[in-house]
Amino acid sequence: MHLATKHLLGIRDLRSEDIQIILDTAQQFKDVLQRPIKKVPSLRDVTIVNLFYENSTRTRISFELAEKRLSADTINFSASGSSVSKGETLLDTVNNILSMKVDMVVMRHSATGAPHFLAQHIPAAIINAGDGINEHPTQALLDAMTISEKFGSLKGVKVAIVGDIMHSRVALSNIYLLTKMGAQVTLAGPPTLIPKHITSAFPVQVTYNVREAIEWCDVANVLRIQLERQNQVLFSSLREYNQAYGISKTLLQSLNKEVMIMHPGPINRGVELDSDVADSGQSVILDQVENGVAVRMAVLFLLSGRKDPSA
Amino acid sequence: MKGLNTIMDDEQFKLTLKRLAHELIENHYPFSDTCLIGIQPRGIVISDFIHAYIKQAHPEVQFHYGKLDITFYRDDFKGQIHMPNITDLDFSIEGKKVVLIDDVLYTGRTIRAAMDALLDHGRAKKVELCILVDRKFSRELPIQPDYVGKSIDSIVTQKVKVFWEEDRKGVVLYDSIN
Repeated sequence: MHLATKHLLGIRDLRSEDIQIILDTAQQFKDVLQRPIKKVPSLRDVTIVNLFYENSTRTRISFELAEKRLSADTINFSASGSSVSKGETLLDTVNNILSMKVDMVVMRHSATGAPHFLAQHIPAAIINAGDGINEHPTQALLDAMTISEKFGSLKGVKVAIVGDIMHSRVALSNIYLLTKMGAQVTLAGPPTLIPKHITSAFPVQVTYNVREAIEWCDVANVLRIQLERQNQVLFSSLREYNQAYGISKTLLQSLNKEVMIMHPGPINRGVELDSDVADSGQSVILDQVENGVAVRMAVLFLLSGRKDPSA
Repeated sequence: MKGLNTIMDDEQFKLTLKRLAHELIENHYPFSDTCLIGIQPRGIVISDFIHAYIKQAHPEVQFHYGKLDITFYRDDFKGQIHMPNITDLDFSIEGKKVVLIDDVLYTGRTIRAAMDALLDHGRAKKVELCILVDRKFSRELPIQPDYVGKSIDSIVTQKVKVFWEEDRKGVVLYDSIN
């Protein structure tokens, strides 16, 4: 049994079998995390560098915790305060770090394709922790784990992905993963934030009416409005966005079923998600964070042994 | 499978397992502070049988029985994926006598990993090892069993397989190279 890839650059490169192996392994790590000693010695001889060229709270802490629970040695690097500000290139930085005998690289970068570029030039295993507007594979895996814990599997589950589809790497990774695993996907949001012709690229539905999507779905994955990536006006104001596309308690109470609410964080409270929804019993946002550590342990564990690039 | 040698046939196999169960009863009755733990995946068939047999022979005794997965503790997992199995230990081993049960003892590395895994669940008072087949003179670590079903001489290129199917139970030794 093997994963099809040596790196985890995106869900795009994974087969559905690979996704299942990762989710099954993550479930076992979740059991380890419930024990009094939440640590296993699997990666005792592995050194991992966390390269964060972009800000992060959850992903960085979650990866670091996952590495420590696996007994790996970790080095943290953040672009601010490093020689990057003196003009050192990405490849130079990474080669310098690797010459100090590092086995794996966990990387977040604001440029789409940065980890794919590195994968062609360095021997270490690379895990993409988010690249630009492309993919955020471990987030999609932990979302999948959270959904399948509730529904038993992903097959046939109706998932609505709501909000800023255009700038969201979480959305793209989720679309790849959910469609590969047989879930039904509807994208909802303002027309300016949903790429045109996306229905010809993926087997997904699109609606510009959030209410319609919420009425249809079992799970709503609500995305953050990525203001830092929007360099033009795509909707008139945050308040108007909230009125038309935000998820409110009133909207959820008007349905005759309970929809599971997910959000990859950080939440813009009162924009895409109202506070009383985010903190309600329907929201599994903190379960997602908990599963994040187990999923990342599984990914690190499964990729740590693949040192031969031809294997 | 070339050079197939039957080490135990169906009949012998059951007799040996029953003897192992009786040895455990002899040393541990009434199992007041003893628990049995099978090692995933292949030790489980042995430990399931022994557990059921002791329960049947002495219905009055109450003792803990668990399953331990050692995938994350192996030192040889690199290069291939071992799918983890379920660890099912819903009791504390703190201060208990633990009997680890596995099918074949070869290099001792599995047992090393199992002991490390066990220590993460607490400090046992004593740990014993119960093995169906002991491949003598092939140890890479200083580990010896306390209860042995059968000791055999074998060479590196041979493998031992335990069958546990409805129509075929037993242990065979065969050449692993063609």
